Amino acid sequence: MTTGSDAKVVITQPAAPVAEDGGSWLTYVGHGLPWVAAIAYYFLAPSDLTFGTQIMCWILFAISLDLVLGYAGIVTLGHAAFFGIGAYAAGIFSIHVCGDPVLGHLAAIAVAALAGLITGAMILHTTGVTLLMLTLVIVSAIFEYANKARWLTGGDDGLQGMKVNPLFGVFEFDLYGNTAYVYTLVVLFIWFLIAWRLVHSPFGRSLDGIRQNPRRMRAIGTPVWWRLLAMYTISAAIAGSAGALSAHSTRFVGLEVLSLLTSGIVTVALILGGTRRLYGAFVGAIVYFTVQDWTAKISPYAWEFVVGIMLIATVLFLEGGLMDLGRVARRLANRFRKPTGAT
Amino acid sequence: MSEQPALSIRDLNKCFGALIVAQSIDVDLMKGARVGLIGPNGAGKTTFVNLLTGFVKADSGTIHLEGMPIEKMAPETRVKHGLARTHQINALLRENTMRDNVAIAIAEREGYAWRMMRFGRQWRYCCNEAQALLEEMGIGDSGARIVRELSYGQQRLLEIAIALALKPRVLLLDEPAAGVPSHEAHRIHDALEQLPAEMAILIIEHDMEVIFRFAREIIVLLQGRVLTRGEPAKIAADPEVRAVYLGRTMV
Repeated sequence: MTTGSDAKVVITQPAAPVAEDGGSWLTYVGHGLPWVAAIAYYFLAPSDLTFGTQIMCWILFAISLDLVLGYAGIVTLGHAAFFGIGAYAAGIFSIHVCGDPVLGHLAAIAVAALAGLITGAMILHTTGVTLLMLTLVIVSAIFEYANKARWLTGGDDGLQGMKVNPLFGVFEFDLYGNTAYVYTLVVLFIWFLIAWRLVHSPFGRSLDGIRQNPRRMRAIGTPVWWRLLAMYTISAAIAGSAGALSAHSTRFVGLEVLSLLTSGIVTVALILGGTRRLYGAFVGAIVYFTVQDWTAKISPYAWEFVVGIMLIATVLFLEGGLMDLGRVARRLANRFRKPTGAT
Repeated sequence: MSEQPALSIRDLNKCFGALIVAQSIDVDLMKGARVGLIGPNGAGKTTFVNLLTGFVKADSGTIHLEGMPIEKMAPETRVKHGLARTHQINALLRENTMRDNVAIAIAEREGYAWRMMRFGRQWRYCCNEAQALLEEMGIGDSGARIVRELSYGQQRLLEIAIALALKPRVLLLDEPAAGVPSHEAHRIHDALEQLPAEMAILIIEHDMEVIFRFAREIIVLLQGRVLTRGEPAKIAADPEVRAVYLGRTMV
């Protein structure tokens, strides 16, 4: 896992449908940037790796939300259900079955995917506000169950006593979070590649069509419900993976992973960064948690205010989230350049 | 009757509450048929298409597509069996290019649309075929343009192109020329002329010029019932039809 190989794998992917013409080398640099930054962070901020790990978990969570909300157009506020289920599954697995992080991680992915499949089958024939309400109901019901089932989840005290064995039996999950950071980065990278392939595949194209016009898609023979269900399940698996990573790195699962606030935060982070780009998840999560971290140091009440202002400004002025800043900047630059070019 | 009809409809009924929109309709579309469906606004023409394609469920009656009963199938399954339609009001992917709109339909037809991890070769195949189809219809130049930037006439042609990309055996055209400005109308007419000869086609159209040029049989619908049917010349001469629908403009 080196800087060079990471960047190379990314740039050989086909160009995004929304890719702008012109900035070719800039685009390649852009593809490599998050991974270079993540590796640089490891060396530059060795004392803050836990923070970096948490951000990467949220990035992965936001990517999973982007797949359903951004690409497939499934309006949901219940995605915390899968993040939380993944976290609890990983935690409970480590306590009752075995402490191997990879096995626990795979179990968490499986459980979250199953939850996505079952709940998705129940709700995906609806759209709009009905769908939104149903996702809220599901996440609330799961939250309440986790709250009541103290024997399993520890209730509102949280799940304690997680055992996490060394990764592959070699790399200890140390106090400084070195192992957790690298492990999370690798998992994030793998999921990112999968998500990238997915949204640029014919399957992804058809989901993009469903988001735009389900009626059109049915008229060309698309089994809309099945295709949404497939994407929902995959997304739930990724969200569960993010939850498992979070649980393994902190060795604790709090009840709030299943709360509406968790759904809200990931939605805000994604919209802040920009939907339907995958990279919007990176920008949004990083900006959200960095701003939260900084402003919370100034005043514990200020951060929500600052994040709120940022979100309002983004939604009002940058239709595609912070990821649109580059395009806006380029448009402004062109406006300045044009008169000189014409003369 | 020796030859099996491509689409055979028997005793089709549908009510929305007290409103009867289809009442014991019998229609046979033979291979290569060109049937025009006319009638005043609210006669149930579009509903009839929706009933055939499954977007609206019929109360009773049978629909056979080349001998296969399809009345219980979901719309997407009917499409897979060779029944395609166009929409009276454009139903296009407005953020995508014209070519992608057609290519997505081709991917669906070929069963590529479940491929999650592969993109290149199959998608390129779909795009090439889409471009070829658009060129055949004379709109290949605009293939790379985003749909919402296209003229209305081009969007109407794209509706037809998407339906043709599915290679249907039965095609239902719901007012293909509706709202197209006169300087673009001839392109729709040309496209209709060029439709594959063996395809069974039902066309709804208010433009009598189009209907009488294109259709070899005309069915007149009134309040969900078949008022009369027959060759264009007979329909044009029918005093009852002229009274309820054709009015003064017909000779």
